[in-house]
Amino acid sequence: MALLTLDQARLRFGGIVALDDVSLAVEEGSIAGLIGPNGAGKTTAFNAITRLYRLDSGDVIFDGRSLRHTRPSRVVRLGIARTFQNLELFPRLTVLENVLVGAHVSSRFRRERDVRRDALETLAAVGCAEHANRPAAGLPFGTLKRVELARALAAKPRVLLLDEPAGGLNHEEVDELAGLIRHLRDERELTILLVEHHMRLVMQLCDHVHVLDFGKTIASGIPAHVQRDPAVIEAYLGGELAA
Amino acid sequence: MRGRLPALGSIAAVAVLIAVLPFTLSSYNVSLVAQVGIFFVAVLGLNILTGYSGQISIGHGAFMAIGGYTSAVMSRDHHTNLIVTMLMAFAICFVLGLLVGLPALRLSGAYLALATFALAISVPQLPLQWSTFLGGTGGVQSHTTVSDRWIYGAAWSCSAILFLLAWLILRGRVGRAFRAVRDSEIAATASGIELSLYKTLAFGISAAYAGVAGVLFVMATNGFAQPTEFGIILSLQILIGAAVAGLGSLWGILAGAAFVGLLPQVSTSVPVIGSDHGRDVVFGLMVVLVMLALPDGFAGLLARLRALVRA
Ligand SMILES: Nc1ncnc2c1ncn2[C@@H]1O[C@H](COP(=O)(O)OP(=O)(O)OP(=O)(O)O)[C@@H](O)[C@H]1O
Ligand SMILES: [Mg+2]
Repeated sequence: MALLTLDQARLRFGGIVALDDVSLAVEEGSIAGLIGPNGAGKTTAFNAITRLYRLDSGDVIFDGRSLRHTRPSRVVRLGIARTFQNLELFPRLTVLENVLVGAHVSSRFRRERDVRRDALETLAAVGCAEHANRPAAGLPFGTLKRVELARALAAKPRVLLLDEPAGGLNHEEVDELAGLIRHLRDERELTILLVEHHMRLVMQLCDHVHVLDFGKTIASGIPAHVQRDPAVIEAYLGGELAA
Repeated sequence: MRGRLPALGSIAAVAVLIAVLPFTLSSYNVSLVAQVGIFFVAVLGLNILTGYSGQISIGHGAFMAIGGYTSAVMSRDHHTNLIVTMLMAFAICFVLGLLVGLPALRLSGAYLALATFALAISVPQLPLQWSTFLGGTGGVQSHTTVSDRWIYGAAWSCSAILFLLAWLILRGRVGRAFRAVRDSEIAATASGIELSLYKTLAFGISAAYAGVAGVLFVMATNGFAQPTEFGIILSLQILIGAAVAGLGSLWGILAGAAFVGLLPQVSTSVPVIGSDHGRDVVFGLMVVLVMLALPDGFAGLLARLRALVRA
């Protein structure tokens, strides 16, 4: 059964239709990819799911319930955590404190000591334990992306939305990241929706791929099929997919 | 105030020093150091708002006025015990702070500064509007008056209790939520932090602290609450104290409180320009100097010195 669904989602910014009746479903326990050229509406879809943006029409349905009237700060409490394409960390907090803020909704009435231990474990799981007491500001982009991942995990979500997690990584690191994401999904029983330009990562990881172009769905299916879809190749001008 | 309770040793040293001082100082100097204690409470409170939740207020003198008048009126009309009036001022200012925090949600930066500035200007006008109840220009005389030593003890006891309270509030989940809101509203929201709750809460707590400072402030002027005492200069003093203090360390807040508490007194004895202008000029100059020399406040200076020593 689909755990997360966009149903006929429509959102425009002035003249731009960022989401043009987009419907997509993410199966529980799966890793789904959301791809498309720059400006296709991928990040907008994340912002709509997390209620930072309000849809003009259509709906977001999570675990059978509409999020139409859900406040943005409630979304993570319901079980949807996310990372950001261009990082939204708390620069003046340490790396550990960033993760502790991520645990805001999962740490109520828990002892501070236990919450800290869990946060350190989560940092270790993404390979950032050694930076725990450094201020977030000033660390390399790739490290901060993993800190954001740890912060999202700290909320103990059911669904994880990852916006370009491979940003700024080299080939080797991308393979490592693929292993990490799959491991996290298995270990923490997550459902993952992934926005990524790095096709190797998408093809390696995803059970299902959804392709947007100018706010419209142009293809949707298993990676092998989507990769060969003429509309998709056209949208990418053959470039990135071939690589 | 973050993490562990700051080194117990330095807290004990400060506590002992403050406890011994009144036995060695003249009565005038006792009242000066009491003044520092009063500003310690107000600066500590504003620090929670500006340093932690990242909001600004040029209007905290208004909450001091409300606290001070609450105490004076209760004492005048019901001969209420001063400790009770203090608790009352804390509660009333907490609620009013929450209420002020609500419209402040829609404002930020310069607009919030302007709105709170308006508060600082308008609240001292209220006693003139409701002169029968609030005494008009003549002010309100409390029934009870207390000695300099009493004020000294009360001011520093309040400082100690409220410092501990602040530490308890700020060390864990709530303090982190304040700082998260300050650093990124988007990420805080995505982490499940309700901005309106934490922003208004910070306003409420810091206003409550100012309210207590206001009660002490009125006690220190022979229990006499007067509108002119709560002008915009008072609000600026608290703000400058918080700027000197930097981010919430005990030493920073002591330095900030001492700065705004002592400087106006000391600078009245400037030669040539005379006491009235001397006070304003010296105060203004010191403010500029502090801003230039201590961009992160006294706490930032301490951190830099520590880094130097280690290097
Ligand atoms: N807040 C906004 N205001 C105005 N236009 C916006 C806003 N957010 C997104 N857009 C527009 O909506 C379209 C989709 O943007 P979006 O960020 O979702 O693209 P994307 O698929 O994430 O692209 P990229 O791969 O470059 O991250 C773009 O044309 C963008 O300019
Ligand atoms: Mg994007």
